[in-house]
Amino acid sequence: MRFMMIVKSTKDSEAGVMPSQELFDAMARYNEELARAGVLVAAEGLHPSSSAIRISYPEPGGKAKVVDGPFTEAKELIAGFTLIEVKSRVEAIEWAMRMPDPHGFGEGEVELRQVLEAPELTQDSEALAKELEMRAQVTRKPRS
Amino acid sequence: MKKSAVHRSIDGIWRIESPRIIAGLARMVRDVGLAEDLAQDALIVALERWPETGMPDNPGAWLMTTAKRRAIDHLRRNKLRDRKYEELGWEIDRQHEPDWDEALDDPVGDDLLRLIFTTCHPVLSAEAQVALTLRLLGGLTTEEIASAFLVPEPTVAQRIVRAKRTLAAARVPFEVPPKAELAARLSSVLEVIYLMFNEGYAATSGGSWIRPMLCDEALRLGRMLAEIAPDEPEVHGLVALMEIQSSRFRARVSPSGEPILLMDQNRALWDHLLIRRGLTAIERAERLGRAFGPYLIQASIAACHARARTASETDWVRISALYDALSQVAPSPVVELNRAVALSMAFGPEVGLEVVDALMQEPSFKNYHLLPSVRGDFLMKLGRKQEACSEFNRAASLARNEKERELLLRRASESAAQ
Repeated sequence: MRFMMIVKSTKDSEAGVMPSQELFDAMARYNEELARAGVLVAAEGLHPSSSAIRISYPEPGGKAKVVDGPFTEAKELIAGFTLIEVKSRVEAIEWAMRMPDPHGFGEGEVELRQVLEAPELTQDSEALAKELEMRAQVTRKPRS
Repeated sequence: MKKSAVHRSIDGIWRIESPRIIAGLARMVRDVGLAEDLAQDALIVALERWPETGMPDNPGAWLMTTAKRRAIDHLRRNKLRDRKYEELGWEIDRQHEPDWDEALDDPVGDDLLRLIFTTCHPVLSAEAQVALTLRLLGGLTTEEIASAFLVPEPTVAQRIVRAKRTLAAARVPFEVPPKAELAARLSSVLEVIYLMFNEGYAATSGGSWIRPMLCDEALRLGRMLAEIAPDEPEVHGLVALMEIQSSRFRARVSPSGEPILLMDQNRALWDHLLIRRGLTAIERAERLGRAFGPYLIQASIAACHARARTASETDWVRISALYDALSQVAPSPVVELNRAVALSMAFGPEVGLEVVDALMQEPSFKNYHLLPSVRGDFLMKLGRKQEACSEFNRAASLARNEKERELLLRRASESAAQ
C-alpha cells in the first residue's frame, strides 16, 4: 500500500528560504534510507505558493474562479511530499516518525495519508464483492 | 503506552530493521538460521520489555545491540568463536576482540547483499530460495508467505527449516561471490526475484486489481538491490521490467474479471509514476554502458509499449529488433513466438508466419494453445480462412482457460463464416 508523507509549509518555506545545510543533509540521508529499503516511490519539493494559482468553483455548475498566490495560512499549504510503498500502516507510521523535522524551528509538520487503491475507487458492486472475497481468502492475522 | 500499541509499532520497526539485523548477525555467526533465531530473541525481549519501559529513542539500534550481545554470548558460550576464527584464519587473541560495533555497521549494504546471495544460493531449490528470501529479507512471517502462495503454513515452515539446514550442511559462505562466480550468482538472485514477481502476477488472473503481495515484495527487493548493487545493469533491467509490468495492474483485468490484452488496455489506467520509474531504471542501466542482458532487453520492450500513448503508436520495428536481440542472448521458443508477433506487426503477417512455421516442430509447444492461436491470426490476416479456422479450433482444444477457449471458438466460427 502507498502512503504520502506531506510536509506542510512554513513562513520560511513560503518565503523561499532554503533549509539549512544540516537539515538538507539529514533529509538526503533519510531519502537514501528509504531508497535502500526499497520503499521510496517519489519525493518532491514544491515552489512557494507565490507562484501558484488556485482554481475554485464557488457556484455548483458555475464558472471557475482563479486566484493568484501567495496564499495565507502557511500550515494549510504543502511544501513537499514523499510517496512510499509499504506493507502495512504501522510500517508507514514508523517511516514517517523517522523523517527529520522538516523545518527544524518549531513549525515542522508532517501529515501521513494513505493513497486510495483501485478497489476503493470502483463503484461496481459485483467487482467489489469479488475483491472482498479474494481478500478474505488471503486475510492474514497480524504477527503474534 | 498501551501494550497493543507498542506491539503494533514493533511490527513496523521489525519490518524495517529485521533484514539489516539478520544480515549483520549472519556475518558474526556465519549462519543465517542462527542469525534469524538471535534476531527473533531480541524481538521477543523488546515485546516483553518495551510495554513496561516505553519505546527506546532509537528502537532499531536497540534491537541491533540486544541481538548483537546475544550473538557474542553465543559465540563465547559455544567456543564457536575460536573455531570460526581458525576457519577465517584469524589469530585467537582474547585481548583484541573484533569491534562488533564497527563490524555491524553496514553503510554500503554489503551485509544485505551477502544475505541475498545466501538466500538465493543455487544449492537451494527455487521454492526454498523464494521462501527464505521473503522470510529473511522481506521480514514476512511464515503465515504471510503461506497465504501468498496459497499453501498450508506448515509446508512453508518446513521449506524454510530445510533451506537453513541445507545452507549450513553445504557450508555456504556468507559472502558476496568472488568475481569469477558473480555473474552466474547474480543471475540466480535476479531469477528468484522475478520468479516471486511472476508468482504474484499469475495469482491476479482471478480478477483483482490490487497488486498482490508477492509482486510488491519482489519490487521492493529489486529496488533495494538496485541501491546496494548499483553497478549491475541487469539489476536495473529487472527493476525496470517489474516497474513497467506493475504499472498495468489496474488495466489488465476487466471489472467482471476477464483478462484484458495489452493492446486493448485503457492506457489511462496505467500507473504513470511506475512507468516513469521504469524508464529511469532503464536509463540508469544504459548509463553503465555495458551489453544488454535479457532483463534489460525485456524491460526495453515493455518500455516501447509504455511510451506509446495509443496502441497504434507502438514502435513495432524497435520491438522486433529487441526480440531479435533477446533471441540471441536468451533463445527460447516463447521468445521466438513473441518475435513472430512483433515481426508481423512491424512488417506484415507473412514475415511472422515464417517464424511461426519454423516453430511447428518444437516439442515443448505440442500442447501450447498460443502457437496455433498466433498462427491462426496470421493466416486470417493473409486471407487463408480455411487454414485459420482449423488453427483456431486446434488452439481452442488446447486452451485450459474457459474464457480463452470461448474466444478462440468464436474466432474459429468467424473465420469460417467469412
